[in-house]
Amino acid sequence: MLIKKPSDIKPSEITPPEHYAQRRKFIQAGLGLAGAAAVPALWLPNDVAAAREKLKGVKPSAFSTKEKTTSYKDVTTYNNFYEFGTSKSDPAKNAHTLTTKPWTVTVEGEVNKPGTFNLEDFINASALEERIYRFRCVEAWSMVVPWVGISLKQMLSRFEPNSKAKYVEFTTLYDPKQMPGQKRRVLTWPYVEGLRIDEAMNPLSIMAVGLYGEVLPNQNGAPLRLIVPWKYGFKNIKSIVKIRFTETMPRSTWATLAPNEYGFYANVNPLVDHPRWSQARERIIGSDSIFRSRKKTIVYNGYAEQVAHMYSGMNLRKYF
Amino acid sequence: MRRFLKPLLFLILLLPFAWLLYAVFTENLGANPVEYLLHELGAWSLRFILLTLLMTPLRRFSGWSWPLKVRRMIGLFAFFYVCLHLLVYAGLDLEFNWPFLTEDVLERPYITIGFLAWLLLIPLAVTSNRVMIRKLGKRWKSLHKLVYLVASLGIIHFFWLVKKDLREPLIYLAIFIVLMLFRIPGKWFSRTNKVSVPS
Repeated sequence: MLIKKPSDIKPSEITPPEHYAQRRKFIQAGLGLAGAAAVPALWLPNDVAAAREKLKGVKPSAFSTKEKTTSYKDVTTYNNFYEFGTSKSDPAKNAHTLTTKPWTVTVEGEVNKPGTFNLEDFINASALEERIYRFRCVEAWSMVVPWVGISLKQMLSRFEPNSKAKYVEFTTLYDPKQMPGQKRRVLTWPYVEGLRIDEAMNPLSIMAVGLYGEVLPNQNGAPLRLIVPWKYGFKNIKSIVKIRFTETMPRSTWATLAPNEYGFYANVNPLVDHPRWSQARERIIGSDSIFRSRKKTIVYNGYAEQVAHMYSGMNLRKYF
Repeated sequence: MRRFLKPLLFLILLLPFAWLLYAVFTENLGANPVEYLLHELGAWSLRFILLTLLMTPLRRFSGWSWPLKVRRMIGLFAFFYVCLHLLVYAGLDLEFNWPFLTEDVLERPYITIGFLAWLLLIPLAVTSNRVMIRKLGKRWKSLHKLVYLVASLGIIHFFWLVKKDLREPLIYLAIFIVLMLFRIPGKWFSRTNKVSVPS
C-alpha cells in the first residue's frame, strides 16, 4: 500500500485546480444566498479564501519539460518564504496579509527609461506563457512547477538598459505589517537577489505571475517573482518591488549572510557540495513512495544546453 | 497504581512512534515525508534524552523515588528513537548506499557528530541492565555520564543543520543548560541535596 505506481493513483485522489475553484464558487454562492456578500471570507480555510483567478490567453512553451508536475497542493503549501515565517508551512498560513493590488514596481539604475510602473502596465498580458520547469532548492529538494510568466528579456528590454548595465538587482517588498516574518531579523530585509545581465537575458529566465494557469498565490511570491530554473531556489526572488540595473555585482541576501555557503551564481551543480550537505541528489517533493523519494541532481538542473555557454572557462568551484 | 506506572509510561513513550507509523500508512507525512520522519524522530530522540536528565533533579526536588525507577526506560526509548532516526536516514534517505553514507559520516560535520552521538549511546544501552550495573559498580556511574556528551552532541547536530532560524535548537540548549545547572552540587535545592543519588 505504500508503493504507489502512477497507475495506482485513482483520478479521484488528485484535485485539479478547476475543482478547487468550483468549490470556492459554490461557497461564494452560498454566501450570496445568505445575503452576506459583504461578509469577509475570513473564516474560510486559506486555500478556499484566497482569490483564485484564471489567467487567460496563456501560450505553451517549447522550454517546458514533460515531467510529471508536482501537485498544486504541494507547490502551494511547501514554501521557503521567510517573510512569512521560516517553516515550510508558514507562508501558506500567513501570506494572506499581503496585498498585491495595487502593486507598483520601480525600475532604476543604468537604463534610459527608468520609472515606477503599475503591475498591469508592467506585464504584457498578451505575452504570457506557461513554462513547466524543474525547481531545485539549495536544501536538496525539488519540484516540477507549471509557472505562467513572461520572458524576462522581453520585459527588461523595454527599459532600454545602457552599456553600463552589467547586472540586474531585484528587491522584495519590505513591509513588516504585510510580511510579519520581517519583524524578526532572521535575514537582512528587504531580500535582494541579482543576475548577470546575460543570465537575465537568457531565454529561460522569466518573470512569473502565475501557477497552474492561475494568478500566483501569495505564498509563491505574488504578484511577480523571478524564475531562473538552472539556479537554486533562493535566486528566484519573490514579490518584487524594485529592479535596478547596475555596473557592479549586487549584494544578494544569502550570499552576503553566509558567503561560504551560498554564492552569487548559485547554479545547480551536483559536483559542488554545500559545505554542510551533499548536492549530488535531491528529494522529490510529493514523491509517490517514501522508498523512492530521491533522484540524482543534474548539472544546471538539466538546462545545460541553454545555459552552460554563459559559464565556459569559469571555475565553478570558486564561482558557486 | 505503582504497578501501572511503568506499563503506562511505556505506552506513552511509544506514542510518537505509533503516530509516525500511522502517518506513514495513511500518507500523512506532508510534501517531504522522509524529511518529516527524520526531523520528528530526531526531535523525539533529543526530547527523551533531555527527559532522562530531568529525572535526577526531579527526584531531588520532590523526594519521590519513581523518577529514578523510570529513567532507564526513558533512556532506552531515546536510544530506540535515535536508532530509527539513523535507520530512516540510511535506509530511506540514502537508500542504503554505503559510499554515500561513508562520505556523509566522514565529511559532513553535523552528520559526523550525530553519528558519534549514536555510537556513544550504544555502550549506555548495553550496560543499562541490572547485571551490568552490578558488574561495573562505580565505573557504571562514570560511564553513564557520557549521556551529557551525547545530549551536547545531539544539540550541536541540530544547530548545525538549521539554515538560519535558530529558535528551536536554542530551546533545547536552554533546557539542557538548566538541567545541567541543577547538577552543580550544593548550589540549588540544598534541602534534598543530602539524599545521595546517582546523577
